[in-house]
Amino acid sequence: MAKVLMKGNEALAEAAIRAGCRYFFGYPITPQNEISQYLAKRLPEVGGVFVQAESEIAAINMVYGAAGAGARVMTSSSGPGISLKQEGITYMAGAELPCVIVNIQRGGPGLGGIQPAQSDYFQAVKGGGHGDYRLLVLAPATVQEMVDLMEKAFDLADEYRNPVMILGDGILGQMMEPVEFSEEKETLRLEKPWATTGAKGRNPNIINSLFLDPAELEKHNHHLQQKYDRMRKEVLWENYQTNDAELILVGYGTSARIAKAVVDQARAQGIKAGLFRPISLFPFPKVALQEACKKSERVLTVEMSMGQLVEDIRYNLEFKVPVHLYGRVGGMVPAARAVLEEVKRLVNSGKEGKTHDNSF
Amino acid sequence: MITVFDRPEALTSAKTHYCPGCTHGIIHRLVAEVIDELGVREETIGVSPVGCSVLAYNYFNLDMQQAAHGRAPAVATGIKRVHPQKIVFTYQGDGDLAAIGTAEIVHAAARGEKITTIFVNNAIYGMTGGQMAPTTLLKQVSVTSPQGRDAAPQGYPIRVSEMLATLDGPAYIARVSVHTPQEVSKAKKAIMTAFEYQMAGIGFTLVEILSTCPTNWGCTPRESLRWLVDNMIPVYPLGVKKMVEGVKV
Amino acid sequence: MLQEIILAGFGGQGVMSMGQLLAYAGLVEGKHVSWIPSYGPEMRGGTANCSVTISDEEVSSPIITEPDTLIVLNRPSLEKFEQDVKPGGRLLINSSLIDIEPKRQDLQVLKIPVTELGREILGNNRVSNMIILGAFVELTRAVSLESVIGALKKVLPEYRHNLIPLNHKALETGIELAKGREFLHFRSCG
Repeated sequence: MAKVLMKGNEALAEAAIRAGCRYFFGYPITPQNEISQYLAKRLPEVGGVFVQAESEIAAINMVYGAAGAGARVMTSSSGPGISLKQEGITYMAGAELPCVIVNIQRGGPGLGGIQPAQSDYFQAVKGGGHGDYRLLVLAPATVQEMVDLMEKAFDLADEYRNPVMILGDGILGQMMEPVEFSEEKETLRLEKPWATTGAKGRNPNIINSLFLDPAELEKHNHHLQQKYDRMRKEVLWENYQTNDAELILVGYGTSARIAKAVVDQARAQGIKAGLFRPISLFPFPKVALQEACKKSERVLTVEMSMGQLVEDIRYNLEFKVPVHLYGRVGGMVPAARAVLEEVKRLVNSGKEGKTHDNSF
Repeated sequence: MITVFDRPEALTSAKTHYCPGCTHGIIHRLVAEVIDELGVREETIGVSPVGCSVLAYNYFNLDMQQAAHGRAPAVATGIKRVHPQKIVFTYQGDGDLAAIGTAEIVHAAARGEKITTIFVNNAIYGMTGGQMAPTTLLKQVSVTSPQGRDAAPQGYPIRVSEMLATLDGPAYIARVSVHTPQEVSKAKKAIMTAFEYQMAGIGFTLVEILSTCPTNWGCTPRESLRWLVDNMIPVYPLGVKKMVEGVKV
Repeated sequence: MLQEIILAGFGGQGVMSMGQLLAYAGLVEGKHVSWIPSYGPEMRGGTANCSVTISDEEVSSPIITEPDTLIVLNRPSLEKFEQDVKPGGRLLINSSLIDIEPKRQDLQVLKIPVTELGREILGNNRVSNMIILGAFVELTRAVSLESVIGALKKVLPEYRHNLIPLNHKALETGIELAKGREFLHFRSCG
């Protein structure tokens, strides 16, 4: 298929259909509305169902019902709406239901703003709702990657019977880039013998996250934890110019795009910079990060938050390399020029033997 | 030997946890009998709520989903949209449906979701220990209205059936009770009608069933039936609140 | 080659579609492109802008903070973005609606009264954006006229293809105005 120019949100929606998703339940919120608008038009054309729910809470619980009934199903929202969905998300994690949740991040906290941000990182990768659980979290950086990761997201959700989050931001959702779609694959989709389809000729199936017996609930938690451990093999990342890099920039999504430009600009000025871009945020590509940072004297995270990713980078590098933060928030986007200045400052302070007070 | 009375196939053999004198058991049985008589046990998916009937998934011999507090109509919407040919019902109490889940029930009804809601109204939060519910009567004592519910600070009880009957989406809404054998028989008929309306694809259906809570009302089972008749029925009058044309029953 | 362009104007002046068309024209030529809109309430009645990147290489960052070219269709847009243009960069101004002089002395400035020209020459001020886009194409050769026309065919739905000749004419009007004029020696044609 030829390349077409598409908005990230629309490309994501089309990719969901090609991944076999036929059910969408959502509630309007900027900057992700193109996803639901696209699917409202497109899903009926392919025999699917689009429901605009009365709230994000209702929407995620519709997703729960549809996922429990065996369907490939998704919802999408942005910060405030994702907070409302947390109830349904933790229930789905507890009941082990597969689904895809898209968060096109905007600035917070509270109602915040509608411009791009990455300040829902902790919420996405640490669980987000109550209880011990994890989501698989995938962070695309281009419109094409939004498409490619969508199909993967549905496959991972089914394989692990777990919600998967696509963590984007307002820029990725709104921007247009050329994309290429693969034809919908008629691959064998996983059977779902656990789904509630009517107990025909078998014992009833029950979708449930309630375990009143503490011993049973602990067992269930251990089972979930083992599953999250198994997910570790699903790590995804990109290295750019890291082989000889003395300073590694780390960022995901839109921030990584900016950081990549900074690497080129720094190299043009003789600074050996590189970029490590985690694509899976949970599981986190820890080994790959350590490998990429083996020769580097310092690390700089570039993020649209007050410093969330930076904590995980320090943790995953086991506090062996100084990790600094360059963050913009509230819908402000890091400018390559400003990040480059910070890179130069760090490299020079390193030469002078100073350490930066903002590192660990 | 002829069997004249047995457990419906749509109920499991699990012993229920319901208190003595509670009418959840009767209502479970009525729903199960209707499912059996319609011959749809293998085509039915139920949704249990949060509240006393949270464990309904253990008692119905059906595919079941357990929903978050108040969200059963949303969960049922998701199931029904995936399996429009199956029969989907929610089983919810008054706290679940008329407080935390008000938005979900109103909008499922307004969308005309082809599901059936069994709404058990006993005017109190049972499982959490007798707190005031949205359906608690004026002057009724609960642990969070110890002086009796007073309209000034605590508002008025909600008549869910009448409220939903004003919408265009519902096809059938009735309020029944199970305090006498005659009423039990009428209640079953109403549940049957609701399921038949659903199967005919007409619209949203709801049967509100007045129920007792001797434990939290602080009375004996027999007294609780009397209290229901004397106090609840005047506020929550029985009868069909909405019934659209279209099904012969 | 890497071209970073910011296009800005009132909502309704066709700034967004002009940017999309430019990106699509780049795509038609097999280049790497991106288009980022401003979004939110400011679009309704206020100023709208978009960033377009056209590159022979993969676009690393689609965020434009220092455009090579700024195209402005109204005064608030000039005031907002003039300071960001790369030193020595290009500034295309709709002089029909912008009655102030740019502050910067280090830019290559071209002024065209596109709103008037659209109305007077083409009888339709809704193609004003195409006139200034034509001038941009002629001055930068970032994409060819043929690619823009090819993109129009893709962007416009079939039933609106009757508008292509008018748009074509508007583009050519812009090209003619800019033709042969070295930017540095050419400050105004309006």
